Amino acid sequence: MTEQAPIVIVGTGLAGYSLAREIRKQDKDARIVMVTADDGVSYSKPMLSTGFTKGKGADGLAQADTEAMAEQLNLELRTYTTVTGIDTEGRRLLLGDESQPYSKLVLAWGADVIRLSLPGDGLERVFPINDLGDYRAFRKALKPGNRVAIMGAGLIGCEFANDLRNGGYEVEVIAPSDAVMPSLLPPVAANAVQTELQSLGVRFHLETVVERIEPAETGVTLHLANGEKIQADLVISAVGLRPRAQLARAAGIDTGRGIRVNRALETSAQDVFALGDCAEVDGHVLLYVLPLMACARALAKTLTGERTEVSYGAMPVMIKTPCCPAAVCPPPSDAEGSWETEQDGTHVKALFRNAEGDVLGFAVTGRFALEKQSLSKVVPPIHS
Amino acid sequence: MKKWQCVVCGLVYDEAEGWPEDGIEPGTTWDDVPEDWVCPDCGVGKEDFEMIEIS
Repeated sequence: MTEQAPIVIVGTGLAGYSLAREIRKQDKDARIVMVTADDGVSYSKPMLSTGFTKGKGADGLAQADTEAMAEQLNLELRTYTTVTGIDTEGRRLLLGDESQPYSKLVLAWGADVIRLSLPGDGLERVFPINDLGDYRAFRKALKPGNRVAIMGAGLIGCEFANDLRNGGYEVEVIAPSDAVMPSLLPPVAANAVQTELQSLGVRFHLETVVERIEPAETGVTLHLANGEKIQADLVISAVGLRPRAQLARAAGIDTGRGIRVNRALETSAQDVFALGDCAEVDGHVLLYVLPLMACARALAKTLTGERTEVSYGAMPVMIKTPCCPAAVCPPPSDAEGSWETEQDGTHVKALFRNAEGDVLGFAVTGRFALEKQSLSKVVPPIHS
Repeated sequence: MKKWQCVVCGLVYDEAEGWPEDGIEPGTTWDDVPEDWVCPDCGVGKEDFEMIEIS
């Protein structure tokens, strides 16, 4: 009689480790193997944009090393191991010349940063920051007083801008939108965050893009489409994330914007599941912490024998810009209604109401950010 | 008195100190923290905190 194949989790980010932790709450003995392309050090990705504010370097942001995680969670960790394919018929994960059999397979391998293919000879100064290893490389290259240009004014671009100013660096932000975080915040709240970041010394170059990056005497010169030239020592590329779905697609698993799963986190292939930044859950691609934790809890129950569907409540997103704390719960994309705003300078409370007066979404900044919890209880859950 | 740490962002809830900003008095044990209390930094719930060693 052969031993039953283990539960195999691919990815040791917040999704993978949270799932393993939740499985252990249900089942202390189930065999778990985790596979990761990196060193398997446990860290929380949302914290990468808080290093200077919290006074921590890359090592300080690491929460536990690989051995500690393997022991604490009683599992086998395969580090520096790259997945090359999935054999859904044979229930094997392909790892180059090797393979790893599974009873259940969980894809928790995250999202890729979108890389702009820019012309110019200064691209080795461009740092996408998608994991702890990237962050470590960036911090190593960063020298006191450096000028940092950030491409992208989304959540990550704004958080890094604030954090780098807190660390004493010169910061320029370049983005094509006419406001910060255009897909998350209504204009009134976006303006509040931008105003406070500017007061902190961040310089914005909006409604334009970087056309090329050339070496300069020190650092690089960024040539913008509007004719401006910006001098910088380092460049952070924060133009967005794309769920990793290629390997799943190649294995015949249904994908859309991410790996498509239903509310039980089941992909189209039997006994293959996905969660976190790589997953499109019941049509939702939400690359944030709260959905991920909700998925980890539901999936742990499913994997230990009690099939459980995730139920998304309201999913507020915290924006870690300490100069102007903000939280947002965007209304559904098809919701009809309008924003109603209460404002005192950069303290903004914007509520999205429908014709009946129901609050369907909110954005709060400054001192109103404290109301995020009470407002989250008013907003209807995503899954009602 | 014990300390509990948010597994997502590392925030520490110290029972001895409570969380007065949210009306949780010093000395409130973890069990007595309201079930709907969430991490003030990252918004995850009580279930995403773990007990940590008392340093």
